[in-house]
Amino acid sequence: MSITVYAAKKIFTMNPSRPQASHVAVRDGRVLAVGSYEDVSSWGEHTLDDRFADKILMPGFVEGHAHAMEGSLWSKVYCGWFDRSDPDGVTWQGLKSIDAVIERLRTAADALDDPAAPVSGWQLDPIYMDNQRVSRTDLDRVSSERPIGVLHASGHIMNVNSKALELAGLLKPGVEHPGIPLGDDGLPTGELKGPDAMMPVGPHVGFERTLLDADENGLRNFARLCVRTGTTTITDLASRLQPDAVDMMLRVTAEDDYPICLVPLRFFLGLSPADLIEEVKRLKSLSTERLRLGRIKIVADGSIQGFSARLRWPGYHNGAPNGLWYIAPDQMAEIYQLALQACIQVHTHTNGDQATQLVLEKLAPALQQTPNPDHRFTLQHCQLADSAQMRQAAKLGMCVNLFANHHFYWGDEHYRLTVGPERATRMNACRTALDSGLPLAIHSDAPVTPLGPLFTAWGAVNRITASGRVQGEEEKITVAEALYAITLGAAYTLHMDGEIGSIETGKRADFAVLEEDPYTVEPTALKDVGVWGTVQGGRVFAAEDL
Amino acid sequence: MASEIHSTAEPLAATVIGGYLGAGKTTLVNQLLRHASGLRLAILVNEFGALPIDEDLIEAQSDDLISIAGGCICCSFGSDLTAALMDMARREPRPDHVVIESSGVAMPGAIGASIGLLDDYRIAGIVVLADTETVRDHAADEYLGDTTLRQLSDADLIVQTKTDLVSSVQRDQVEQWLRQINKTASIVTAEHGSIPVEVALGHHYTDAAASPHADEAYDSKVIAVPQPVDPELIAEQLAVPDTGVVRAKGFVQGRDGDWYLIQTVGKRWQVLRDTRARRAQLVCIGLRKWLDWPAIEKILQQKTAV
Repeated sequence: MSITVYAAKKIFTMNPSRPQASHVAVRDGRVLAVGSYEDVSSWGEHTLDDRFADKILMPGFVEGHAHAMEGSLWSKVYCGWFDRSDPDGVTWQGLKSIDAVIERLRTAADALDDPAAPVSGWQLDPIYMDNQRVSRTDLDRVSSERPIGVLHASGHIMNVNSKALELAGLLKPGVEHPGIPLGDDGLPTGELKGPDAMMPVGPHVGFERTLLDADENGLRNFARLCVRTGTTTITDLASRLQPDAVDMMLRVTAEDDYPICLVPLRFFLGLSPADLIEEVKRLKSLSTERLRLGRIKIVADGSIQGFSARLRWPGYHNGAPNGLWYIAPDQMAEIYQLALQACIQVHTHTNGDQATQLVLEKLAPALQQTPNPDHRFTLQHCQLADSAQMRQAAKLGMCVNLFANHHFYWGDEHYRLTVGPERATRMNACRTALDSGLPLAIHSDAPVTPLGPLFTAWGAVNRITASGRVQGEEEKITVAEALYAITLGAAYTLHMDGEIGSIETGKRADFAVLEEDPYTVEPTALKDVGVWGTVQGGRVFAAEDL
Repeated sequence: MASEIHSTAEPLAATVIGGYLGAGKTTLVNQLLRHASGLRLAILVNEFGALPIDEDLIEAQSDDLISIAGGCICCSFGSDLTAALMDMARREPRPDHVVIESSGVAMPGAIGASIGLLDDYRIAGIVVLADTETVRDHAADEYLGDTTLRQLSDADLIVQTKTDLVSSVQRDQVEQWLRQINKTASIVTAEHGSIPVEVALGHHYTDAAASPHADEAYDSKVIAVPQPVDPELIAEQLAVPDTGVVRAKGFVQGRDGDWYLIQTVGKRWQVLRDTRARRAQLVCIGLRKWLDWPAIEKILQQKTAV
């Protein structure tokens, strides 16, 4: 039971009664004491470790909405517009033209021995290339012999080459599907819109049906990305959590050097509400120190940029018809009711404001029937919620996890096309959420946008869009509020604020180790604060040693 | 609507059953299983709810498969219908007919379009159930309204359920309302949650004749088509609501000398080239009160303008 005392340039604790300190003592993976050297050494014999003497320690960051799939995707070719760092710490340059995408895919193809092996790319975003269409003949330039498939950043569109269509039996005239446009020759163009259209082709181009469930290698990559971004606790929102996957997760997260606490939520589909609750209760009992099971994820609607989110009046700015429900309202009500009874937490994806409204209307009566004052059911994304909805959510005891990164990546698109200037400006209204007394977290939804809590905080503080405009000055939050949201705020939405999210006695020794003080850098430079690595459960992980 | 000429081996028939929660989908599925009379049905459900299959029909049950009397099965597909359909087509013995019971908010037309991408399948109809008592309330609901209307618009065949809970006047009003929503679908009423298997699935037809059916609301006829015809034209004209034909199935000889299998349900029609010589006749079934036999005979003799 040895004690290690870490000396740091500065420790931000998030504990209001002792906000700053210079030393933290760790024993058994937990914080024994924090304060001055004199304070913490009162616990007795210890080793003084000064490797962080010129670093800033913060509570380890908590990412409340990400997908472990981010780790798996790095086995494929990165085709995004923005520079992005992989699990090895290598930064892949953003690609600014279709030709550049084809060039990178060709390089990957040339490196493969098997001439029939597929090449798969991800994160293509033609929005930034004037919405240029990518056709199968474009991708045939990579190879006409092997199947090629590139998933868009939205996750809702895939481009494939002729070989891939041929293997899926779709390179023929007469294909009749709203998600599969046809060219002048009557054959599919290679663009596949929506999961229904992608599914028959995906397995031929390396996008297996089980992609949502991270594989073993993906889970390790995911953890390495966490260390590089200062993240010590992260959700996998959501996973199907099949028995094999759970066994694998239990095994991998138990490895001595696995550096994160993973919180996978069970996707609601596939079981009746009653069976779902029973299954999640069973999963909960399997939880370990680094794998926290026992929560439910519901998806209520689709995405705004995919025009599948459910909007209230007046609907989409470009006149597109309203989006889709992914759960029947009565089924949502039933799950809420049963989950409240069983003390199982539910997180619900709502993008459109009508989806948010439905959640509020279904939760209110369920709570009246089964009062559960500390349920912390959480609205995930909740991008379009207005202030009345925020107030009601707060009254109902809900939490909200807003998509601050989204504002940067697609804010311009929402302004121009999907919801129009006014509603785009109030999207992801962090200020209103806090002013309404609504517990707030902010997220990346990795792999939809890159994992990086400091970037996410930067997004909420500055509200800058990709084109450089400030969109929604009034909804900005302060640096301190944003840093709270990526630590204790997110921990609160997971009912884990008693064990993580701040540096104080009894809590898990989870630290983000930073090169600079995020409170004193220019707010516009928050995303550029260097991350040395993390301490998780008292174990030190340096990014450069990964 | 769906117009295609296939020349491959008979693909696996799939029927999509849609409609909101409580519309009677599970009841209908169980009725189909009870009256399958030798057809090996494979029922695909989103999830095993409280009672997806009546207990007395179940022979064995595992996590994701229920074995049912008569060689039928029921599987849950969760979030991946395409994978479940592909598995089903590879299954030994192969089912005779796949029935997909879609979730209450799914768009049955979108499911149909996905099935259309699979070479092993053909769509035998999109059947959407409308709870006579509540469907108009759902259509006016802030959250469900557009979903309900889109579901009904997707249908080849609309089945009015729970008509025993309303007056006949109300039933007819709802039927007229449904007709406004979907002008081309056939509309039938489910008595006690049930419609004849041949109406729901279009599967009773053999080369010889229609089996007699007990339900007096329906009528059917076997009509010979002695001379070579244009099979697509016949199919298209039979699939018009004015004829009263809910389903038609049979073989005709084309003007090119080849044989063709014609199948229609509501507005949907399909023509498949067949290799063997057949008896040239079509079986048509519909509601007695709407069937216009002279018009149907006229179409089959192709005396209408070509």
